[in-house]
Amino acid sequence: MRRDEIPPGTLYLLILKTLARSGEMHGYEIANSIQRISQDVLQVEEGSLYPALQRMLIKGWVTAEWGTTAENRRARYYRLTAAGRKQLEVEMKQFERVIGAITRVIEAV
Amino acid sequence: MKWLVEWARRFRMLLHRRQFDADLDEEMRLHLELRQQEQIAAGMPADEARAAARRRFGNATCLKEESHIAWGWEWLENLGQDARYGLRMLRKSPGFGAVAILTMALSIGATTAIFSVVDATLLRPLPYPEPEQLVSIQDDLPGVSARDVGMSEPEWQDLRRSGIFEYVSPTWFDENNLTGSSKPARVRILIVAPNYFALLRVKPQLGHTFDPEDHSPGILPEVVISDGLWKSSFGADPHILDRSIRMDTDLYRIAGVMLPGFDAPGRIAEERNIEIWPATSFYGMPMSDHPPRSRRNLPTAIARLKPGLTIAQAQSRLDALVASLQKEFPRDYPPQSGWAMRLVPLQERVVGNVRQSLILLLCAVALVLLIGCVNIANLLLARASARGREMALRQALGAARKRLVLQLLTESLLLSLTGGVIGLAILFFAKDFLLRFLPENLPRLNHISITWSVLLFAVAASIATGVIFGLAPALHAGRADLTDALKEAGRASTGSGEQTRTRRLLVVTEFALSLVLMIAAGLLLRSFWDLLRVPLGFNPENVMAVRTRLPAPNDPKIDLYGTAEKEAPFLREVLRRARTLPGVEEAAIGDTAAIPLDQSLQDLKRISEGQYLVTFEGSDAQSNQPSVVERSFVTADYFHLMGIPLLRGRLFNDSDNDKSPQVAVINEAFARTYWPNQDSLGKRFKRNREGSPWITVIGITANARTASLAQCGVPQAYLDIYQTNEKRLAIFLRGHLDTAAIPEEVRTQVQSVDPTLPLSGAQTLSETVSASLAERRFSMEMVGLFAVTALLLAGLGIYGVISYIVSASTHEIGIRLALGAQRRNILNEVLRQGLQLAVTGAAAGIAGALLVSHLMAGLLYGVWPADPLTFAGVTALFIGVALGACYIPARRATQIDPIVALRHE
Repeated sequence: MRRDEIPPGTLYLLILKTLARSGEMHGYEIANSIQRISQDVLQVEEGSLYPALQRMLIKGWVTAEWGTTAENRRARYYRLTAAGRKQLEVEMKQFERVIGAITRVIEAV
Repeated sequence: MKWLVEWARRFRMLLHRRQFDADLDEEMRLHLELRQQEQIAAGMPADEARAAARRRFGNATCLKEESHIAWGWEWLENLGQDARYGLRMLRKSPGFGAVAILTMALSIGATTAIFSVVDATLLRPLPYPEPEQLVSIQDDLPGVSARDVGMSEPEWQDLRRSGIFEYVSPTWFDENNLTGSSKPARVRILIVAPNYFALLRVKPQLGHTFDPEDHSPGILPEVVISDGLWKSSFGADPHILDRSIRMDTDLYRIAGVMLPGFDAPGRIAEERNIEIWPATSFYGMPMSDHPPRSRRNLPTAIARLKPGLTIAQAQSRLDALVASLQKEFPRDYPPQSGWAMRLVPLQERVVGNVRQSLILLLCAVALVLLIGCVNIANLLLARASARGREMALRQALGAARKRLVLQLLTESLLLSLTGGVIGLAILFFAKDFLLRFLPENLPRLNHISITWSVLLFAVAASIATGVIFGLAPALHAGRADLTDALKEAGRASTGSGEQTRTRRLLVVTEFALSLVLMIAAGLLLRSFWDLLRVPLGFNPENVMAVRTRLPAPNDPKIDLYGTAEKEAPFLREVLRRARTLPGVEEAAIGDTAAIPLDQSLQDLKRISEGQYLVTFEGSDAQSNQPSVVERSFVTADYFHLMGIPLLRGRLFNDSDNDKSPQVAVINEAFARTYWPNQDSLGKRFKRNREGSPWITVIGITANARTASLAQCGVPQAYLDIYQTNEKRLAIFLRGHLDTAAIPEEVRTQVQSVDPTLPLSGAQTLSETVSASLAERRFSMEMVGLFAVTALLLAGLGIYGVISYIVSASTHEIGIRLALGAQRRNILNEVLRQGLQLAVTGAAAGIAGALLVSHLMAGLLYGVWPADPLTFAGVTALFIGVALGACYIPARRATQIDPIVALRHE
């Protein structure tokens, strides 16, 4: 099955949205979630989630806390902050604007 | 705010970065394991599943690094790493490290020390609010080549009403006799206008100052006293404001006590350490009720400009005022005198006369620092060639050039900063010791301290030096050719040709710089030496001067010494008693201006009285315009006591008294200047002041350098002290004196004539002469010290380079020796290389020294700035030192054993 690279700059958006939807997740879950919901079309180079998560930690969009998984293993859980929610809106708007513009360009006759 | 929180987060990460790395590791491992499990569950074999998980994950090491770098601390970690590495390198060669750090510590410490003086005197503004508005007003009469002649009371009123100034206050330095506290004491007073403290905007610590609008006649009955006097004479009495003091027999209430550390803005130490401030509006008894314009009896004035006015704007408005006054009062301001008023920033007045010496010192010490830098750059280059292989290897393994350069720079910064810290520490502990070397006359001496700006300067100097001496080796390392370096690394490293060139260039620079410094020191030394050997024209040996002062009460009617006639019996009695003191062979009395070369008094005379302007009788005089001359009042015995011979005419005698016409003895310079080719005996001159009597010349003495050591032939008039009413007196004694006991004996004798008189300033004339050279001696010694340091450093530098060249060519020399070369030829050749460096450096240095010596011409005496003897002598000394420094490695070269050398790889 063919998998597409995600468009550049949208990784934050994907992570933010994923966390907004399901509250608290560790890195592996985030990666899986993105894949599942995109019906395996969007393929994240899984490791690149982690530097992105670090940058989001610096910005204060997410917080991280150690917890245990269902299988009783230690994992770091990420959760959206208020700033993260606001950022999500900003990114969404921007994304929609860009997509809208692209759509208009390609659908123009 | 947001960025602050963000940085707090980054900072937290920095503190816990071990934990951070471990967390990231664990997180990534979990991810990989979970993915692997998923694949296995899907039926993949274990090792394939692991490989697949890794593939999907990406390069874990890179990603970890990326996550780490995201927090923005990479530079700091690199710096830490470089610093640790640098420390390790230092530990490996402690000798090199010690030399480098010590050189830096001493030179940065010395530079910072001089800078702290410059900072306190030249850079820091005067310690009064809005100091940039403060000016001093100076009256000049360029037409009669008289400067700073003082102003008259009507002129002060003109200035007050001019609208240019917020306040203008004349200041009049004087001494007074303080009686009634303990024993009679001489106090330094500054007579000011009532607006003086309002002008400076300073408040007292106790009581109040004067009402700035007070314009009542005469001297106000209140005074402000200094913190120092309050503590020393009144035991810091908290009820001081209820007390009164008696000065020159007049009673004054104490209105206020100034803050500790308050210095009056004066030109010399005496004028800055004021103890009492009386106030007056400069008219009414004891002054004239309507002072005339021509009486310039207010010696100096300070003022505060109206807010918003620049000095230039104020000056142009002042020029207009002067022009209109000249039109209005043509009789008082004849056009040929060219009367002008000049505004000088007050800071300039206080520190102006030490600026040149201080800048010279700062330049000298900065040169030493630079030479120290060049030396260490040289040492580092030598080390860099030894470390060439290490650098090449690291580069081959992928280290970025930028990182290597940064690493070497970090190492040199480590050296210079350590040096700087040690230098500062030395300075901090040796501060009080060093301060004692400063001439006492230096303005703002007690403001010198290690302030933030001094600290900042030290840090900046350390960083700058670190970069300067680290740059050459660092750039070399960055530019090294990989293949060459690695190929060369097998053999003993000889260093690239380019590197040797750089090192030679550095040594030449070092030589040039130190030669400049040596020549500057040489010129100062010669000036000083010449001044010491100059024929004085008087004999200061075995002479002592003790000062006293007669009171001058405000009401002339109660003045016990109000006229020459009333003063004469006192003078005769003191002289009679002085002659009876043990060891005294001769005694004389003069005014304080008669003390030769008394620097403070030379200036004081001007500050307190303006200059002595005289006019001449008849048309046969050379000058029909007022001229400035030196004058002093003496008794006839003064000339023999001082050893100043009378050439023609006669000295004063008993027939000269307050009833007979005034007479004067003048020196040859006076006679030659004003009556050239004529007999000046019997000629007359007078003080350029209304109502002054004519003075007849009765004798001519040889010239003596009593006014200035540097100038011979200053016109000097000696007036008979019995004909005048001079109150500042000096008692001169010659003989085999017990200098420790005599001041007390004089005090007893004088006070048994009048118990209210203070005695002060006892000094032998040899001490006075030597003190007059104190500032010159200070700058000469300092520059000399720096020059010797520079010479040593330069010698070390050339020694280093030649040793390096010798050890690098051991192999070659060995071969040549084996082939039968003469050892003497080898020696000569090595010496020639050193000589070549020294001569090139000396040529550049001489060119530089010619430039510098002309800039410092004002500090020289008796030598031409391009004095060939100094230039040749210093250069010869220099080349001698260079040859000496080269001789050691050159000899080592001749002692090379060919067998050992050929094995030496």
